[in-house]
Amino acid sequence: MSYSDKVIEHYEQPRNVGTLDKEDPNVGTGLVGAPACGDVMRLQIRVNPDTNVVEEAKFKTFGCGSAIASSSLVTEWVKGKTIDEALTLKNSQIVEELNLPPVKIHCSVLAEDAIKSAIADFRKKQQSRSAHSSPTAQSVQPEAE
Amino acid sequence: MSVKLPIYMDNAATTPVDPRVLETMLPYFTEKFGNAASRSHSFGWVGEEAVEYAREQLAKLIGASSDKEIVFTSGATESDNLAIKGVANFYRSKGNHIITCKTEHKAVLDPCKRLEKEGYEVTYLQPDAQGRVTPEQVRSAITDKTILVTLMLANNEVGTVHPIGEIGKVTREKGVLLHCDAVQGVGKIEFDVEQMNVDLASISAHKMYGPKGVGALYVRRSKPRVRIVSELDGGGHERGMRSGTLNVPGIVGFGKAAEIALREWRADAARVYALRERLRKKLFDALESVHLNGADDPQRLPGNLNVSFSFVEGEAMMMAIKDVAVSSGSACTSASLEPSYVLRALGVDEELAHSSIRFGLGKFNTDEEVDYVADLVIRNVERLREMSPLYEMHREGIDLKSIQWTAH
Repeated sequence: MSYSDKVIEHYEQPRNVGTLDKEDPNVGTGLVGAPACGDVMRLQIRVNPDTNVVEEAKFKTFGCGSAIASSSLVTEWVKGKTIDEALTLKNSQIVEELNLPPVKIHCSVLAEDAIKSAIADFRKKQQSRSAHSSPTAQSVQPEAE
Repeated sequence: MSVKLPIYMDNAATTPVDPRVLETMLPYFTEKFGNAASRSHSFGWVGEEAVEYAREQLAKLIGASSDKEIVFTSGATESDNLAIKGVANFYRSKGNHIITCKTEHKAVLDPCKRLEKEGYEVTYLQPDAQGRVTPEQVRSAITDKTILVTLMLANNEVGTVHPIGEIGKVTREKGVLLHCDAVQGVGKIEFDVEQMNVDLASISAHKMYGPKGVGALYVRRSKPRVRIVSELDGGGHERGMRSGTLNVPGIVGFGKAAEIALREWRADAARVYALRERLRKKLFDALESVHLNGADDPQRLPGNLNVSFSFVEGEAMMMAIKDVAVSSGSACTSASLEPSYVLRALGVDEELAHSSIRFGLGKFNTDEEVDYVADLVIRNVERLREMSPLYEMHREGIDLKSIQWTAH
C-alpha cells in the first residue's frame, strides 16, 4: 500500500488530536466504526450555541493511516463552520483531498459519519437542555445507528 | 551504534541470498549454462552434474534415503499443488478424502478447494488457540476413504510447529500418505522425512537464503512408494513428475543453501532465537496490553514473533515504522478487508487480529537492529495509543466489549 503525500503528512502531523469534555452541553461527540472492523473514529466538536459555529474540533482514531488522515482533515475543515455547513461535507471531498485509493474509501465514509454523529449528539443535547433547562449528562455510549 | 536503514525483519516472507550461495550460482549463468537434459555434450553434462550434486545436498538436509526422491520445481506453491493434486489424481480409485488444517498456506488450501469442486472431500481440522493440531485429531478424522493428510511443519504467520513426527506415526499406522509443507521449518528446526514418516514434503529455496523461483518436492520411493500424476506434460524431466527445463543456476543455489543449512542451522537457530527473545522481552517489558499470537517455545519457530498491540491498528503501526520491513494480519494490508484467516482460526479477537504485527527474524539480523526496532516500536505504540479512542476508554476502565459498536 502506498500512500499519498497528504495522507502521510496528516498521519505524521495529525491536527487536533485530543479529547473534549463529553459532559459539556456545547460539545457533540460522534463515535463510529467498530474495533472488529479495524476502524473506530471519535470526533468531538465544541459549538457556540448562539452562533452554531464549530469553535473547536478534536479527534481520536483507531485505524490505518488513511483513517487517521481522514479524521484529522475533517477536524480542520469543520472548524469555523456552522453546523449546517459542516453537515454538507461529503466523503467524496475527503477522497479527493487525500487522494484515497478505492480500498480506502470506507475511511472517508467513516469520517463523514463521525461528523454527522457529533452534530446529532450536539443537537440532542441542546434539545434536551431547552426541554429541561438543565444540562443532561450524555452517556459514554456511542450513537447506536 | 547506528544501524543501516531500512531494516529487514520479514524473513518469513523471503530471505536474502547468502553471498556464498550467490557465488556458487554465478558460473551457471554464463560459462556453465548448459541444459541439464542435453546428453550429447559437455555443456549438458556439467549442468546435469551440478543438478545431481544439489539433489544430494537437499536429500541430506531432510534425511531422505535417496537423492532420487527430490523433484525440483519452481517453488513451494508448485510443490504443494503437485503433491496434493498429484496424489489425489493417482489414488482416486482408492479414496477421495483429504485431511488438512484451517491454518495451512493458501498453496495447500486452494488446491484442496479445487479438488472439492471435483468431488473430493476435504476435512479442515480446527487447530487449538496456539495453532496446533493433535495426532488424535488426525486419527479420528481418518476414514476408509482417506488418501492424504497434508499439514505444514510450521506456520508462516504465527510460527506454530505441528507435531509432524507424532502425526506421521498415525498416518503410517493407518496406511495414509502424509504430505508436509515444510517451507517455514526446513533449515530452522528439526525435520527428517525418515524419522517423521513423511511421504511428500514441499521446500522452497528463498526461505532458506537461496534464490527465488526454485523449490523441491520430496516424493518417497520406498515403504511406501508414492506415485503422483504430473501437472505439466512435456519432456518428462524429473522422472516424469515435473517436465520443464531445469533452472540450473537456481538449483545450484538451492543445493548450496541446503549444504550451508545442514552445517550451520543449529547455530543459526540459536542466534535467531536469541534475537527474537531480545525483541520480545523489550516489547513486553515496556508496553502493557501486548499479546503473543501462536504457540510458546519450543512449539514456535525461533525467528517468529507475532504480537498484537491492543488499541493500535496494524497498518498504522507499519506506517509508523516504515523503515522496518514487517507484516501485519490487519485487514488493511490485503485487498479483502478481512483480517488474517490464520489468526481468526486460532480464535484471536478480531480487534487483536487487526492489531497484529509479524516480525520475522533471520540470520542476518543483529542485536543493534533489534534494539533500534524495539525502541521505534515502543515509541510509536505509545504515540498511536495517545491517538486511539479505544486506549482512552480502556484507561477509563470502560469494557470495550460492553459497547454496541456500529459495524460498517
